[in-house]
Amino acid sequence: MSNKIKFKIDGVTCEAEKGQYIVDAAWENGIYIPTLCNIPGIKPQGSCRICTVNINGRPMTACTTPLLDGMEIENDIPEIREIRKAIIESLFVEGNHFCPACEKSGNCMLQALAYRFQMMAPRFPYSFPVKGVDASHPKIIKDQNRCILCKRCIKSIKDEDGKSIFAFYGRGHKLRVHVDPELADKLTDELAQKAMDVCPVGSILVKEKGFDVPIGKRAYDNVPIGSDIEGNK
Amino acid sequence: MSKLVVATTSLAGCFGCHMSLLDIDERILDLIELVEFNKSPINDIKTFTKQCDIGLIEGGCCNSENIHVLKDFRKNCKILVSLGECAIMGGLPALRNGIPIEECLAEAYLDGPTVKGNIHKILPNDKELPMLLDKVYPCHEVVKIDYYLPGCPPRADLIWDVLVALVTGDEMKLPYEVVKFD
Repeated sequence: MSNKIKFKIDGVTCEAEKGQYIVDAAWENGIYIPTLCNIPGIKPQGSCRICTVNINGRPMTACTTPLLDGMEIENDIPEIREIRKAIIESLFVEGNHFCPACEKSGNCMLQALAYRFQMMAPRFPYSFPVKGVDASHPKIIKDQNRCILCKRCIKSIKDEDGKSIFAFYGRGHKLRVHVDPELADKLTDELAQKAMDVCPVGSILVKEKGFDVPIGKRAYDNVPIGSDIEGNK
Repeated sequence: MSKLVVATTSLAGCFGCHMSLLDIDERILDLIELVEFNKSPINDIKTFTKQCDIGLIEGGCCNSENIHVLKDFRKNCKILVSLGECAIMGGLPALRNGIPIEECLAEAYLDGPTVKGNIHKILPNDKELPMLLDKVYPCHEVVKIDYYLPGCPPRADLIWDVLVALVTGDEMKLPYEVVKFD
């Protein structure tokens, strides 16, 4: 493997292939860089900025930046932790995230990141936006109140012809992820479940289902998000 | 050493957080050794009779009386703690925040499917009744809050650990398993 290069994260020397995205390289080395909008294997977009790291002293997104020889990366330092916490807090106040009443609670990536970064209450005022719920489709519910506009569903949920079931609609603060009603009518059970699983929050739900895992046994009840990656060290 | 004085209240809450406080079970006997309760629904003391050290606030602010009580707590307590999701972010009552207040009142008293007998189409308007706010506010958007204990309700172990830490002056332990939003 001649393509292996050396780089440093928080002073620890790591090895990975040149040109790999920094997030992937860090995860392979057992170092957790948090991600939210990123799906491994699908072209990254760097929209949520939660994976921000200092690369040679400058803040950049680790999911979109390819690895170069000798890079010095700062990840788990107070300055970066504070940026990430502020991003999580702003996502909480920009939507209507009622965790106690959410079907995804305990399996929600946004909530898990808030736990990991010990968000007790957001520093920003709650905006309580009016966003609505679209329950008109046979298999799924799209709750806009919980949507964080990460585009994960748009990028990964497609029918057999490669057409996206979800799409952006509107601009600015009116931007929403809408569901194509014709494609949603033909949605299979498997794809509906995949859409719910790919949604990092509780914005896409499979109908007639929910709260099927008891409290204490859900994904992030007992261990923080990223523990599995840190366990690979 | 004199005992620390604790006051508690439930604003726009369901008393679930108070129930969770009682869920410390037999440790409540230890708690009584450590602290003295002043104004609280637990002992039914209605008004502050002395300056308190710790005020536990359950629920957000949905009406003028909630604001009055919360400001009273801020005046009379050295440390205010937001207890539970409703105090921190409005919680279930805040689900009405996207609906105009006129529609909320009409649904409850005029047009709702369970409304019977309101033949004169009267909305409650007695001067004794607190006025509803335009929306439900988290406590920290009304007064300064010193600590937040998330959860619906906050786990009893979390409340216990925090109360003990406040009494002894030790650093608060916030174990991953007990700091939850649901």
